[in-house]
Order: sequence, then structure tokens, then C-alpha cells
Amino acid sequence: MSKTVFPNIETAWCPGCGNHSILSALKEALSILDKKPHEVLIVSGIGQAAKLPQYITTNGLSGLHGRGVPPAVAAKIVNNKLTVIVNSGDGDSYGEGGNHLIHNIRRNVDITHFVHDNQVYGLTKGQASPTSDVGYITDIQPNGSSNIPFNPILLAIALGCGFVARAFSGNREHLIELMLEGIRHKGYALIDILQPCVSFNKLNTYQWYKERVYKLGEEYDTGNKLLAMEKSMEWGEKIPIGIFYKEDKPDFHDKVGFLKEGLPLVDREIDLKKYMNS
Amino acid sequence: MIYNILIGGAAGLGMETMALFLEKILKRKGFEIFVTQDYMSRVRGGHNFFQIRFGNETIDSHEDSLDGIIALDQETVNNHVNRLKNDGFVIADEEINSDYKNFYKLPLKSTANVIGNARIFGNIALGALLSLFNLDLNESVDIVNGKLSGEIASQNIKAFEEGHKMLNGKYEIQTERKEDYILINANEAIALSALASGLKFYSGYPMTPSTGIMNYLAAKMNDAEIIVEQAEDEIAAINMALGASIAGARAMTATSGGGFALMSETIGLAAMLEVPLVIVEAQRPGPATGFPTRTEQGDLKFAIFSSPSEIPKMVITLRDPEDAFYQTNRAFNIADKYQIPVILMSDQFLADSTRTVRAFDFSKINNNRYLSTETYSESNEYKRYEVTATGISPRIIPGSSADTRVLFDSDEHDQYGRITESGTVREIMHDKRLRKMRCLKEELQEPIFVGEENADILFVTWGSMSSPVKEAVNILNKESNDKYGALLFGDVWPLPDKLLINKRKNIKKIINVEQNATGQFASIIRECTGIVCDSCILKYDGRPLSAQEIIAKVKGGKST
Repeated sequence: MSKTVFPNIETAWCPGCGNHSILSALKEALSILDKKPHEVLIVSGIGQAAKLPQYITTNGLSGLHGRGVPPAVAAKIVNNKLTVIVNSGDGDSYGEGGNHLIHNIRRNVDITHFVHDNQVYGLTKGQASPTSDVGYITDIQPNGSSNIPFNPILLAIALGCGFVARAFSGNREHLIELMLEGIRHKGYALIDILQPCVSFNKLNTYQWYKERVYKLGEEYDTGNKLLAMEKSMEWGEKIPIGIFYKEDKPDFHDKVGFLKEGLPLVDREIDLKKYMNS
Repeated sequence: MIYNILIGGAAGLGMETMALFLEKILKRKGFEIFVTQDYMSRVRGGHNFFQIRFGNETIDSHEDSLDGIIALDQETVNNHVNRLKNDGFVIADEEINSDYKNFYKLPLKSTANVIGNARIFGNIALGALLSLFNLDLNESVDIVNGKLSGEIASQNIKAFEEGHKMLNGKYEIQTERKEDYILINANEAIALSALASGLKFYSGYPMTPSTGIMNYLAAKMNDAEIIVEQAEDEIAAINMALGASIAGARAMTATSGGGFALMSETIGLAAMLEVPLVIVEAQRPGPATGFPTRTEQGDLKFAIFSSPSEIPKMVITLRDPEDAFYQTNRAFNIADKYQIPVILMSDQFLADSTRTVRAFDFSKINNNRYLSTETYSESNEYKRYEVTATGISPRIIPGSSADTRVLFDSDEHDQYGRITESGTVREIMHDKRLRKMRCLKEELQEPIFVGEENADILFVTWGSMSSPVKEAVNILNKESNDKYGALLFGDVWPLPDKLLINKRKNIKKIINVEQNATGQFASIIRECTGIVCDSCILKYDGRPLSAQEIIAKVKGGKST
């Protein structure tokens, strides 16, 4: 049987936006994994990145701003036959949805979370995001963003996430590779994908990222948590990309005895007699 | 004959166990029971009490006046002795003082110490109480052993026996054992019905008085193979339930007013995505933290209008535990049929009052998922939001049908779920969603009418207040020359209006009875029917309105 070719669908993204390459890489990864469109559920919140479910022929759900992860994990819990992926932006995933990120890393449901991180709010036209660099000037931060930038990699490692990686939308082959690893990982996988915003982020441009990103080498030990934390704090002249930390641990289904084996929950029959006046 | 007993004391004195024992003993003996709880928002200390009303005839509600008090501390006597009827009684330890005439000062604490467990003095009082009513201890051993084991169990049993010797019989009350009824509160009834309805996924964030639902389900989680997940907040709770429902599982969440406020954006989302969702709103007095452990019906309008814009939605208010059981199942079916959010409204009074009810009839449980059985292909492409005459589109579960994708989007969308900016499409889709309300109106349940068919005075009430109103109507019709009736509403949104419009013609006066300050239901009635209630009985001090209070207000002309 031939692998699925995911057709192109016209998008509402700006020409040159990093979202195009992330979408293209995702389609390629799903094709390599031999996924059929109906076997995949792509979930998002709201934002430019969050329009992605509209541009791919898999099952899709765009919910509320910041609230992509809760329905995604629940869908996976009740039907583990589905490949569940969250694609959403930095504002959605780290700002409005921060609490869900924290606690779903702890919950460790087997989903993959791709964060399209352009360090700026696109849909609302150019406000600072949690990952904006200090000094980044916007219409409503005229003195420059003064908040300490959010470090998703360090946070995820600290919370015990079993798969933490960073990619760059300008490095397609590497991005596909990380997507494949992330989807294959059993448990919550977070991949922060750096991408330029050609319309609003004039600081962290394609060129800016291109000059700074470097791949973690083969000698880098992805099982060393302290090293991973140290590495995650490197940001500036040099920005590492690749898998920072990887650890196999029991996922949600392993931890709930009756989910470990058998039919997906959604396909199980109920036995009414069991409950009669119990 | 019906008696009303109060057990009061500080939190942490074991009243919950005492109430449980007494309820179960009386239930096994065959009595009807109606138990209410009054507790403070604290784990130790303060003043809490249970009121256990029992008898050999139907008990519709709780009652304020008391036949007896078991006082575990001085404060209980001080607070409640003036509520005793003529010839009532108090059972208390010898160190507690009162000049009340029938005051049984018993060596509760010293006897408990002799038995070897100071904490069981309350059960000695229970033994004495049973003796006072000429009731034996035949069931006590079994019931204690069902809850406790080892030496603790033996000490508790001994406590009952010692207490039983302390008083002689004074009251005579006979009943026959009945096998076909159960003891349950509304939280448990909702949870049990959800299980029977095929619930697979419950996510919630603890909030009094809704937490009992999660407790019940969690206890059954492994046996029933359902997920009961404590979410990080109420927004996560409802969004998780939504995700589980999208993936095909029956899902539910429950909360109280504050948590419900956090959920309100997602109620709109469920309507927009056309995803079935059942939400229980167990009210307490608000706003903000309000009275965490007390009762109110202040969230009616908030629940009815809980979403930005205009959405199809159903609000069912629960009248009693039996109603809660059947309506919860109905809520799941209506949510599935119309692909809408359905809100079940309860409150602390209902959630925490345990009652004897007829054993639930599981043959009335009916689970219809209303899923599309059609096969879709390239030439017959699936439209998640197909525009239909009823507004209901065929539903399939993502992943269940090869080569068929299902697309949900919270942006305005076309029939395929694709984002649109078209004004025409917006109108078509908005109309399509709202059109479901028209069909839903055809299957509403009219309120229950109680009282005299040709009543002059008609009470209208909703949800939990149905119990005291029903009792008030019965008493008033016996004691008064006027003829009273009442409409007890369960469905409130959309509002079933046929019976009310019909009754209005011959009624002299309509009185709305509600536990809020502004008469929210009267306002909804006026909005939907133009009918104006003539006066109202409202209560919002956090304590459940009783039949006696309703009667007093009616007789004293105090309804305003």
C-alpha cells in the first residue's frame, strides 16, 4: 500500500512564515510513519500556528485559546489508537495554556506537542509573548519587554518530561527527524520549534536564528538530566537545537491498570447490571 | 408518624459516622428517612449538625422544629434547644448543662472511657436514642461491621449496647421492612446514573458541594473501567471532558458556581463544535467563595446564559435524588442527540441530603448515542456540520471510519468545518445551531403539578425547592380553606410553558418560591411567557427553605 500523500491546502499564513515549513515537515513525518489521515488527530488552541488543523487532511480540532492540550490528552486517554498531536503557538502553549502544559507533562499522556515558537503574538499583531527576549519593543511594550523570558526546555526537564527537544523551522531535515522521534516517544513529548515571524518579529529573524542555532552533537548524552538543564540555559550567541533530554517512563496508560491492555476505552461495552443499586 | 432528630457538635467529633449508622439502622428497620447536613467550611471545631427525619409515612422534605437533640457539645444545646417541639428531649453527656425539662444527662464520656475508646461516646447516645424509641439493636452489629473492623468495631458495638441500657422506651413507632427502596443523596444518584449511562470519562476539580460526585465515581473507577481524573483547574476539567466526548466517550464534569464561571467559555465551545457534554452545577451561595458549605439557587440565570453569544443548550434542574437519577441519563441522551451542552443543576441542600427513595428502575435507563451509520466516500463526503432541517448533523467519531476525517473548529466554519469569513455562511450556521432548540422544545418535560386540581393559589418553583414546596402544599390543603397547588419545574431551559399557561387561566395568585434574592425563575417565566408572578417567597441565608417557613409566610401574608 502506498504511503499517504497529504495534499496542499491554501493557507492564510504570510509568505515566508515559519509555519509553512513546520506544516510541510509534519506532513512528511506522518507520511514516513505511514499514518492514514483518519488515524491522526491534530489539536490546537487559537493563534496563527493554531490554524494548522485546517491545512492538513487528518482529523482536526481547534478549541479555545490556550486550551489545546486538555482535550488532546483526553482524546488520547479514551482512544489510544489515535495518534494525537498538538500544534500551537508560544502564546497559546506557554501563556494562556501554561497551567495545562505544566500539569500534562506530569500526567504524561502519550501525545506530541509541537510549539511554533516565534517569540511574538502573530494573530493579535505583534505583542510580546512569554518567550520574547528582554528589550523586545512592541506597540504595548514601548519600553521593551522586561519580563524574564520563559524557558520551555528547562521547565519541561524540571517537571520530568520524558522527551524535550528544540528544532528550527529553517532546518527541515532535522525538524522531520525530531518530529519522528517525538511522535514515536511513548509519553508526553515537547518540541519547541523556533520559527521566524516575518511580519512582526524584526529582531529574531530567519537570519538571526540561522546564525545562532547549532545541533547538539552525537557525543551529547540525552539521558543526563543535569547536563540537559545546563544546556537548556544556553541562549544568545549560540542556541542549541536537538533532543535535550529523553527518558522512557510509564505513560498514563501504563499507570492506569485497566487501560494498559485491551480495547481502547471508547470501544468497551458497559455492563448495566454491575451498577444496579450498588 | 414522623420524628425529627438533630445530632450536633464540633467538626471532628465523628458525627458523620454517627449519622451514617443511624440512617442505615433506621433504613433497615423500614423507616422513611430525610437527612440534611449543616456544616462549616472547616475540618475541625466549629458547629456542625445533621438533622435526621424519620417515620412510617412519606417524608417530602426536611423540617425546622425538632423532636430530639443529641448534643455532643454545649453549643449544640445552646443553639438548638429553642427549636424543640413541646415535649421534645435532649440526650447529652453529664458535663453538659441545660434547664430543658426532658434533659437526659447520661454518662456518655465516662462509659466510653470504660469501654476503652473516648471517641465513641456519640454511639452510646445513639444506643440511648434507639431505646427511647423502643427500637432494638438487631441491625446495629451488621452495620458497624460493614464500616469498621477489629477492636474498633467491637468497641462501637459495645457503645450501642451500653447506651441502649441507659434509657427506657418512651415513643412507639412501628413500621414494616421494605426491600424495594434505597438510601441515597443526589450526588450519588447523579454518579450512579452516569455510570449506568455509559460514562467513560469524568474530569473535575474539587469544589463543594459537587465533590461527592467525583468521590463516588473514583471509588468505582477500577471496577467500572472509567477514567476519573482530577484536573489542574476547572478550565482543564471541562476541556478534557470535551476532548473525551469528541473522541466518542460519554463524558461529564461537575462543579459549583465559581468553577462553573471558569467553564463558561467552553460551554460555548461545545455548542460551537457541536459536541455532547454534560455539566453538573451544584450551587452554593456566591459570588466568589461565598458560603462554601451552604445552599442557594443563585446561579439559575448564570447557567441559562452561560456562554458568549447565543447557543443551543439545555438546563435541567434536579428535584430530588430519584429525579437526579433519571434526569442524568436523559441529559446524556439529549446531549448526544442534539450535540449540545446539557447542564444539570443541583445545590448543597440536594447534594448533601440523604433520603430513602424507591429503588431505581434500571429498565428505564436508555442509552442512545445517535451516531451516524452511513458510509462516507469521496463522492459522498462527510460533512461534520451538514445543514439539516433539525439543525442536527450526522455525527461520527474521529478514527472510527476509514478515510473519513472529522474537522472541528471554534472559528465560524462551513459544513465541512472549514474556517469561513462569509456573512452568509455565518447566518446559515448560526441558524442551524439555534434551530436545534426548536426540536428540543418538542421533547421538554412539563413541570410536575401537585395539590388541588382547582387551586386558587399556585406556587411555582424549580429544582431542590420542589421538596419543601410539595410538603407545604400538602399541609396547607389540610389546614387552610384556600386551595393550593404547585408546579415543580425540572426542565427550565428551554422553558416548558404549556402547563403554566393553562393553569394561569383559573389561578388567583401565583407565588414563586426560590432560594435567591431576586426571583430569577420568575424573571425567566416572565421573559418566556409574559406571565408575572404575583408574589414571591425568597430565601438566601444559605440554609434550606422549609415547608414550615413557606406556610408561615403564606399565612402571615409575608410573601412579598
